Amino acid sequence: MAQASGNSAGKSSFGRWGVHLAVLFFVAIWTIPTLGILVTSLRDKDQIITSGWWNSFFSSSQTQAGRLGAAAGQQERDGKFVIEGNIFETPGASTVSAFGTRSAAPTQYPAGTAADLGDGETLQVNADGSYIHSSTKKFEGERGQRVYYSSTVPPKFTTENYYNVLTSENVGRSFLNSLTVTIPATIIPIMIAAFAAYALAWMRFPGRAILIAVIIGLLVVPLQMALIPLLEMYNGVGNLFGVPSKTYLGIWLAHTGFGLPFAIYLLRSYMAGLPRELMESARIDGASDFEIFMKIVLPLSFPVLASFAIFQFLWVWNDLLVAMVFLGTDQEHLVLTGRLNALLGSRGGDWEILTTSAFITIILPLIVFFSLQRYFVRGLLAGSVKGG
Amino acid sequence: MAAQIFSAILVIIVGVGGCVLYFWGANKLVDLIFPSRGVTGAAAVDNLRRQGLIRPWLFIGPALVILVIYLIYPVISTLWYSVYDKTGENFVGLRNYGWALSDEQFHNSIVNNLMWLLVVPAACTFLGLIIAVLTDKIWWGTIAKSLIFLPLAISFVGASVIWKFIYEYRGEGQVQIGILNSIVTWFGGDPQVWISMPFWNNFFLMIILIWIQTGFAMVILSSALRGIPEETIEAAVIDGANPFQIFWKIMIPQIWGTIAVVWTTITILVLKVFDIVLTMTNGQWNSQVLANLMFDWMFRGLDNGRGATIAIIIMLAVLPIMIWNIRQANKEGKL
Repeated sequence: MAQASGNSAGKSSFGRWGVHLAVLFFVAIWTIPTLGILVTSLRDKDQIITSGWWNSFFSSSQTQAGRLGAAAGQQERDGKFVIEGNIFETPGASTVSAFGTRSAAPTQYPAGTAADLGDGETLQVNADGSYIHSSTKKFEGERGQRVYYSSTVPPKFTTENYYNVLTSENVGRSFLNSLTVTIPATIIPIMIAAFAAYALAWMRFPGRAILIAVIIGLLVVPLQMALIPLLEMYNGVGNLFGVPSKTYLGIWLAHTGFGLPFAIYLLRSYMAGLPRELMESARIDGASDFEIFMKIVLPLSFPVLASFAIFQFLWVWNDLLVAMVFLGTDQEHLVLTGRLNALLGSRGGDWEILTTSAFITIILPLIVFFSLQRYFVRGLLAGSVKGG
Repeated sequence: MAAQIFSAILVIIVGVGGCVLYFWGANKLVDLIFPSRGVTGAAAVDNLRRQGLIRPWLFIGPALVILVIYLIYPVISTLWYSVYDKTGENFVGLRNYGWALSDEQFHNSIVNNLMWLLVVPAACTFLGLIIAVLTDKIWWGTIAKSLIFLPLAISFVGASVIWKFIYEYRGEGQVQIGILNSIVTWFGGDPQVWISMPFWNNFFLMIILIWIQTGFAMVILSSALRGIPEETIEAAVIDGANPFQIFWKIMIPQIWGTIAVVWTTITILVLKVFDIVLTMTNGQWNSQVLANLMFDWMFRGLDNGRGATIAIIIMLAVLPIMIWNIRQANKEGKL
């Protein structure tokens, strides 16, 4: 490989640059989507809809409408009637570049110039938002003059979206639900699978080959096959004992069941690769299978146990189907993926909520993934026939 | 909320403790009933033999029970449900399958699933291979691979939100905040409602899965490429082969087995694709797929018979891969 690259890419600097550019292109395509929601989730709610997130680091210009002060606030000065004020609620946040009085021409006059509105009436809006509206006649009417202006808003980043989403949209609660589902559903299968894997790797008994074949077969059984019978079974058990059928215990066991074939497969192939001499010398020393497993095989299998734990964690955390079927979709039990799905339905266009919730949903897997990538890749390479 | 945390911790302790207790206790019990120490001669040999017969099943027992309840029984039971009506009480023979053959939604799902099956595994494998080869040649290849690998950790629902934001459409004249429509309008085109665009919307959904799974293909293929013996490439270079010949005639044939594994793994995944379609379109605008159709019949149609029938059809599609896997394991002497 090194040879080939030395010959192909090394021939011309054009080729070498091509490789760099091509990889850069792929990296860009694969990271920009995620970057988009991260940046958006940190933006001001009003700015999200007025400019694309890629513009968020620059000032954005937007056209808005407002009202001048009402006639009640007028003062008489030099024989003219004048209304003064500021069109911004909080002056200084942005600057006016142009203004107008008709919606058809919202930026007719540049800021700082006095516009002649006819009939002896003039209006001047300055860059800082202050205005002078004057007329030779007395102002009348309840409401002030409508004014349109285009303002330049400096970029504004905030963590407000996160605060809102975590408190008022129940995302915080869902985060907790997801943790409640994920942690036991990751730990329980490891124990059960480790013992089974050891037996299948190092113990001789009739039916062993068939069992391994069955487990390899179960690896690819679609989850869909299990849904209807298990749901009916859960309902049956619930009715029989008068308990709810959708419980955390139910989903822990379900995830354990669905994760077991892969766990056993992965752990067994690793354990089978441990040196035979190790087991045999221990056996000669009088150790039983239980002792060999606990004292030799289990500690040596740490890397593969870690691999599986990461897999199972990601799979359970990211799962939507099993959670919807076995834990339900009521407000109290929604996990993060389910919450996000519900928000997509109810808050369809509110991108500040959707992007923030999405980022909260993916942050934990990303952390786990980045910090333990080595184990993850190892598991991937060892068990790439997983289907379940 | 505190109660929830507490009960979760309790369960972890009880669950793990229970497992430990079971394995340890069962093991002790065997030692007690059939002692191998402290007895001599024929009795000890006999007891050791009995221990050897029982102990494997103690180790496998819990796993076996759970596998039977959660996978083996459901597979058989689903087959059963598929020949019963919606309530699961009246035998209807193959009528559910007949329904599937004539149902328009089902046809649409099959066609879409076939498209997914043709496009996604091919695209992932192809892109994964290209990226694996390219990143191998540059010093920052590991970082690049990490970043391309990253979407694999993101849930399908999360990825759907990410891409829905990319496909976001806002009426003409408004600022396009979706990056795709923004690019289109920048080039002077009209903004499009991508996810309801007939036929093509399927491809916009497929892109999401390709985006997620390419990293998987890349990692597996990259490690296979590293495993190619250098001599084969050196020999080709000496014989005057150009880079393309080396790639197609020397490298590809040697990693053919790995390509097949990657391809089938993604194929299985594609057959079960559910979350992406549910969150992006929920099967509207002719984008339905089998897994989502099944969910629909299960929960909205409340028809277990038809739901089970669709599940069986997904299973039938996976069956050849299952058999191939088992035969492969057999050939490699893993059984």
